[in-house]
Amino acid sequence: MPDALLTLAGVNTHIGHYHILQGVDCAVPRGELTMLLGRNGAGKTTTLRTIMGLWRASAGEIRFDGVDLAKHETPAIADLGIAYVPESMGIFAGLTVHENLVLAARRGPLDDARLEWIFRFFPALKKFWFLPAGLLSGGQKQMLAISRAIVEPRKLVLVDEPTKGLAPSIINNLIEAFRELKTTSTTILMVEQNFHAARSLGDSVVVMDAGRIVHSGRMADLAADEALQTRLLGLSLEVHQ
Amino acid sequence: MSSPATGADALPQSRIDFVPILLVGAIALGAFALIRSPSTWVTLTVAGLAMGLLIFIMASGLTLVFGLMDVMNFAHGLFIAIGAYVAVSVMKIFGAAAAADSFAANLGAIAPALLASIVVAGLLGLFFERVIIRPVYGQHLKQILITTGGMIVAEQLIHVLWGPDQLPLLRPPTLRGSFLIGDIALEKFRLAAVVIGLAIFVALVLVLNRTKLGLLIRAGVENKEMVEAMGYRVRRLFVAVFVTGAALAGLGGALWGMYQESVTVLIGAQMMVLIFIVIIIGGLGSVGGCFVGALLVGLVANYVGYLSPKIALGSNILLMVIILLWRPQGLYPMSKQ
Amino acid sequence: MIETLLSGDRPRSRVLAATLAAILVCLAAAPFLFPGTRALDVAAKVCVFVLLVASYDLLLGYTGIVSFAHTMFFGIGGYGVAIATTRMDPTWGAIALGTAAALVISLALSFLIGLFSLRVKAIFFAMITLAVASFFAILASQLSNITGGEDGITFKVPELLRPGFRLLEEPLLGVTIGGRLITYYLVFCAALVLFLALLRAVNSPFGRVLQAIRENDFRAEALGYRTVIYRTIANCLGAAVATLAGVLYALWLRYTGPNTTLDFAIMIDILLMVVIGGMGTMYGAVLGATIFVVAQNYLQDLMKLASGAAKGIPLLPDLLHPDRWLLWFGVLFVLSVYYFPRGIVGQLRAWRT
Repeated sequence: MPDALLTLAGVNTHIGHYHILQGVDCAVPRGELTMLLGRNGAGKTTTLRTIMGLWRASAGEIRFDGVDLAKHETPAIADLGIAYVPESMGIFAGLTVHENLVLAARRGPLDDARLEWIFRFFPALKKFWFLPAGLLSGGQKQMLAISRAIVEPRKLVLVDEPTKGLAPSIINNLIEAFRELKTTSTTILMVEQNFHAARSLGDSVVVMDAGRIVHSGRMADLAADEALQTRLLGLSLEVHQ
Repeated sequence: MSSPATGADALPQSRIDFVPILLVGAIALGAFALIRSPSTWVTLTVAGLAMGLLIFIMASGLTLVFGLMDVMNFAHGLFIAIGAYVAVSVMKIFGAAAAADSFAANLGAIAPALLASIVVAGLLGLFFERVIIRPVYGQHLKQILITTGGMIVAEQLIHVLWGPDQLPLLRPPTLRGSFLIGDIALEKFRLAAVVIGLAIFVALVLVLNRTKLGLLIRAGVENKEMVEAMGYRVRRLFVAVFVTGAALAGLGGALWGMYQESVTVLIGAQMMVLIFIVIIIGGLGSVGGCFVGALLVGLVANYVGYLSPKIALGSNILLMVIILLWRPQGLYPMSKQ
Repeated sequence: MIETLLSGDRPRSRVLAATLAAILVCLAAAPFLFPGTRALDVAAKVCVFVLLVASYDLLLGYTGIVSFAHTMFFGIGGYGVAIATTRMDPTWGAIALGTAAALVISLALSFLIGLFSLRVKAIFFAMITLAVASFFAILASQLSNITGGEDGITFKVPELLRPGFRLLEEPLLGVTIGGRLITYYLVFCAALVLFLALLRAVNSPFGRVLQAIRENDFRAEALGYRTVIYRTIANCLGAAVATLAGVLYALWLRYTGPNTTLDFAIMIDILLMVVIGGMGTMYGAVLGATIFVVAQNYLQDLMKLASGAAKGIPLLPDLLHPDRWLLWFGVLFVLSVYYFPRGIVGQLRAWRT
């Protein structure tokens, strides 16, 4: 297994009076796609947001490529090469598809080769290039959100439930895109509830419950072990479709 | 404006909601029907447009600041007042040029005055954002209290620096009087105000729609957090927008002072009610809405002032109520995450 | 006994208790302790403003609503009495009718405003109340047939309250027992009773729900409290007391006008008093109003002396000029919001523990 690009050690996060993350320890291997699984309310989204600095960790260390993220503000964290695709997608409805991508390209003008690559998977974006993003369908918005995250090379991409609420054909489209993305040695940490997506894409897996990590290992091992699945997630992953 | 693009042949929907713009036209035409005399109507319309555009200059900053930063600066009138007072002082310094009969000379007095207003108001804005507003981001109650308090203190300081009396701010000779086109008198200064106002509107629209800065502002109004997560320091953006808003208010104040030809310390407070009405009508956070709202307010104030002076003062508040009944979030509500 | 009178809301600080007691004594015995028309005028104004500010504290401090329309209700009370006594004979009946009419109008308006306040964000609401208040001020100055316009209305009061009236022929303890004295005690007693009533209201279950709403209205709603109803009642109660304060003030001045009631400067003064005194405490209104009104009248004399002494130094005489006393209060206000958000009362209580 490759070395860890991102490690969390004893991370605690409080939101108001609520103690959501209660000592999260995990490692995200470089160049792989790590699936973050768990029941609703386990703290998966909170973990992503804490990494991104949107919520401050009240204790613990978050090491990314040697840097302690807990000491930095969100823009600085993004500058280190981390992209975030939130559950709500976070696209700017009043801006066009084009403008959304321009904003995402911090380092300079949009790279044509990269765009061609994106259009190959998400042709709708090319067609609706000048349309205000708010008019796109749910699936197209998700494509845009993901495209924004990868319009420039990133070291780490955090994705929160990309397949939520989407039709199966679009989900397959997304899976293809992520598969391709993995070949560029981008590290991905993804929260997912969809078993098919999780099993297809995950290299390693981390399971959370009540603000703690309760299992980490290879996805292949977890997918083969139904008993373990039932124990960790309440239902087997099969039923989780 | 809301059906999603789905299949292969979905066309982009028309992006601009023209109804409010048509409303402006409707009011102008309605007024013409009531006023009947073309020359009076033109005079009033130009006056209304001039007043409206000056209010727009003063209000645009406030609405953007609110849209982007969720901060309502009840002391915004202070930047207006400072702009007006600085203009008075600078015009006095260039007194000879201001009183001369040549346009070039007059410009030599007005330009520094306006520039000084912009700069001083902008600097004051910088100070204000840092010292007064920054500690209370996100706390609306405290914001209202603090900015109101800041306004009180600043008004008093203006008294100290410039005295309590009403100060004259006369238009220079080449900007006094009117152009005569047949029966119709067009006041020179009002035309100048219209030109400047339109120029600023166009500039704002261009910046917001054609520059990356404008993109950032529009995106930030929708979803600050996401903009930060994309690596941009939104705080710096805030400061830039706040200072620009203050500078514009200063410019507006200077021009308004010249429009009224006198300046009192209440100039800020007087405009604040109108400005609030304008940005509420327009939709908090929308520059386009602010523009249309300002035109409506300016026109209504002048038409009603002529047709029925008794209700003139309250007419704008009635206008606001009517528009809120039609569109409770204002003419162009901002979509916020 | 005091416990019941104060509805269980003890001062919780010896300094505060002592100060409140002192203020009470001074106000109760004002005609005898501080002879002269000016002093009595100040005392009456303190009584009125304690009540007015307390009613505002109900809104701001206890319910968390920022409204700039409070002076409107103050004015409605004043105009109600003034119009009634000028249209009819200056009798107690007229005053009662005027007061009743004013209360009805205030309740109706505050009811509407209360309903509206829930549909919109706090900032939007504050701006709207500003517009409503200025609209009302415009109405008052424009409808001069009814309201006397900019000049206001000077009116006659019933026999008992007139300055010329004498209850006792001979002065008692050096003070004339006449109309002014009676009016003063009317104002004082009414203000005291209403203040204690407000204290009762905020310390009742109703008051506690208000505070819960102020802290977190989502939570309160989730707990089953219809925040609309509570906010509306708070609005109405605050407006009603403000109206009565307006009635009292008008009776004292025998005059009502835009300057004494509707001026935005008065709204600012109320804000200053409630914040400096201490939001959400009721007692803060007492302290804030007393300090403010006394300073407004006497501090200016002090400043005049200081200003004269500072002659020759640049800027200082202007900064110390008596007209600039509001500058210093403004600074105090801003500092209070930052550093003493609990106001004087809150600070005194904090020092106690």
